[in-house]
Amino acid sequence: MSITLTEEPFDAGALLSDFTRGRTETGAVATFTGIARAEQGSTATLELEAYPGFTEAEIGRIAEQARARFGLDDLLILHRVGEIAPGEPIVFVATAAGHRRAAFEACDFLMDYLKSKAPFWKKEHGPGGARWIEPTDADHADRARWEQETDR
Amino acid sequence: MARVLLFGPLRDLAGWRERTIEAGSLSALKAAIAAEDAALAEALDGPGVQVALDQALVRGDPKLAAGSEVAFLPPMSGG
Repeated sequence: MSITLTEEPFDAGALLSDFTRGRTETGAVATFTGIARAEQGSTATLELEAYPGFTEAEIGRIAEQARARFGLDDLLILHRVGEIAPGEPIVFVATAAGHRRAAFEACDFLMDYLKSKAPFWKKEHGPGGARWIEPTDADHADRARWEQETDR
Repeated sequence: MARVLLFGPLRDLAGWRERTIEAGSLSALKAAIAAEDAALAEALDGPGVQVALDQALVRGDPKLAAGSEVAFLPPMSGG
């Protein structure tokens, strides 16, 4: 399991190659790459703030839940902090499992958590000024889906 | 002395990110903040603001020790 915060842009393709290499029992790897949007010019940069130490530990707790719940072989989460330009990747999640359903679902689960519960604070800077972004109702509803599935 | 950390919009509202404040409990710490910045104190009690003591989420009114780290965490959003 790998959980990393980085101030540097990253290459999702290279991360996937590294994550996949050498696996002989993993039948499925699913990934998600989140990319900063320009919002038709209204966002010049995104600023992502974390609480070093706490943020990695909290993500680690949820990653361990995901590993156990979906029976993952492995997972990787890389999340940017600092200044992010439109078009640059913000987050990369990779999940490895024996079969595709677990890999897809774990990736979806981890992203729903990261959007609305992980200790990050996100500010949009644009020509009209700056504003802090809070999770949307849709983000909260997405995460709540996993809490309702108690019979898993 | 507690080391107090503010994140996200709380940091912008306060105009500082980190300070040390003399307080023996979370409620005493909030009272000390309220005495000099009522708007910040109100925001610390705002909807969705969580408190971490020494990097663990806490509720209620925990005691603070010398060197305690108290972080106020407004609603979070990543990805």
